[in-house]
Amino acid sequence: MAEIRIPRGRLLWRIGEVVETRPETPRTKSLFLEVPGWEGHKAGQHVDVRLTAEDGYQAQRSYSIASAPEDRRLTLVVERLEDGEVSPYLTDVLRAGDGLELRGPIGGWFTWEAREGGPLLLVAGGSGIAPLMAMIRHRAAARSDASCRLLYSSRSREDAIYVEELDRLAAGDGTLEVFHTLTRSQPPGWTGYSRRIDREMLEEVGWPSEERPLVFVCGPTPLVETVATVLVELGHNPARVKTERFGPTGG
Amino acid sequence: MSEGFFSRGFRGRRRQQAQDIHLPPGQYLVDGFPVLSAGPTPRTPLEEWDFSIVGEVDEPKRWAWEEFRELPSEEITTDIHCVTKWSKLGTTWEGVSVDTLLQEVDTAAEYIVAFCDGGYTTNLPLEEVTGGKAWIAYSYGGEPLEPQHGGPARLLVPHLYFWKSAKWVRGLRLVAEDEPGFWESLGYHNHGDPWREQRYWGD
Amino acid sequence: MDELRLDGNAAGGLLGEIFPFEMTTAQVTCANCGSLWRVGQAMVYGHGMGTVVRCASCDNVLIRVGRGPGRYVLDMRGVRYLQAEQA
Repeated sequence: MAEIRIPRGRLLWRIGEVVETRPETPRTKSLFLEVPGWEGHKAGQHVDVRLTAEDGYQAQRSYSIASAPEDRRLTLVVERLEDGEVSPYLTDVLRAGDGLELRGPIGGWFTWEAREGGPLLLVAGGSGIAPLMAMIRHRAAARSDASCRLLYSSRSREDAIYVEELDRLAAGDGTLEVFHTLTRSQPPGWTGYSRRIDREMLEEVGWPSEERPLVFVCGPTPLVETVATVLVELGHNPARVKTERFGPTGG
Repeated sequence: MSEGFFSRGFRGRRRQQAQDIHLPPGQYLVDGFPVLSAGPTPRTPLEEWDFSIVGEVDEPKRWAWEEFRELPSEEITTDIHCVTKWSKLGTTWEGVSVDTLLQEVDTAAEYIVAFCDGGYTTNLPLEEVTGGKAWIAYSYGGEPLEPQHGGPARLLVPHLYFWKSAKWVRGLRLVAEDEPGFWESLGYHNHGDPWREQRYWGD
Repeated sequence: MDELRLDGNAAGGLLGEIFPFEMTTAQVTCANCGSLWRVGQAMVYGHGMGTVVRCASCDNVLIRVGRGPGRYVLDMRGVRYLQAEQA
């Protein structure tokens, strides 16, 4: 298994080229980037993106990297926030051929490498799936057999990102299980969960604390805090429950 | 590096400025009321809230919430300017003038430190909060001040950058020597006049 | 619960400008309550005027960073010890 080494130098702003944009759901879009001089990343890390207007005004936000370290192109997935300043630009204006200024990879704490093993419990809310998708893709590329369960909360089937890819990965891999919960509306015949993540759901989906899973929780802050609190109440070691809050609206 | 790069088609959140609006240098108008936070939002119950004048005074003063609300109050309409460059014009507040609170206070002190729930502080010369320049405001836009905007009450000193209008204020400490507060000790200008663009040390 | 707080990773970019080593995995001891955290586990408030990193247990300010033209101002009084791994 190849070891991924992240050289630790000063973070530099670089200009990546948008090679493709792809709508994923009504509210989200994937951005595929080629970044000259990119030195690799670990699953779970993020980049800071900076936009500069012609008069010098700047706005900066962080976006999790959704691609695996093994992937050729760097992928970000952006949720368009109604009153956002940066996300509407990234989803509505940015197109293939444009430059996007970014720096990274950032964050050494919320990361998972296949050599760490499992079992792995991933809990995502909305666009919080992004860094966890990087972990799932890395796990597949590294052919890890660490047991992995994803609990993914979305408003509706249409708002869930990567559904086909997750189905495909889980179908071909007995050690990956994907659980969806759709909190606002469900398609006809839906047999999955249809409520906000709660203690009962985490008990059903997650491993008992004796299994000592590594847990990663990412999404809107209220969801992350509820899940992290419940997991610790269920006996999980807080040092093994890592969180990435996306803020009040979620990304 | 990335000098000269700009993002095609990006304007940001700024509103178009009407020609006849005169803002301090470097400011722009914004819709909404941004919430900036350096820590958890304090949630002091009104039964526990009080406001004090302490420090270099002959006799410290203290008002509980009910007593405070019985003091004569004023309606204030004013422009506010944040050092992060957004401005709002014509904001409306209701509060007690700091002049009212200092009416019976005897002091030789020349400076104040405003202290707040959560530990925030900001410093001002006494003459910048007297003479009708400052209030303890408990109402914004006709409604009780929300916790995220500093409620139950915040200091309001609109002629200076808005970090001086300390949220969750619980009192003023009168001091003989100036004591830089939370942001003033972290690189921000000690005085903070938006019209002279006094944002940082050395400006 | 405070909706505006983020995890320590959110300060990774700014801290990465200042420190030549990975700060989000550095261990800090809170000068107020003595608890031990990785910076990635601390609570970050990304105020527009500066970044404030607080102890996840007692909310004490661990690290404050202010920005000015061509300068950083760093207050780390809230950290008793900082321990970082050599690369």
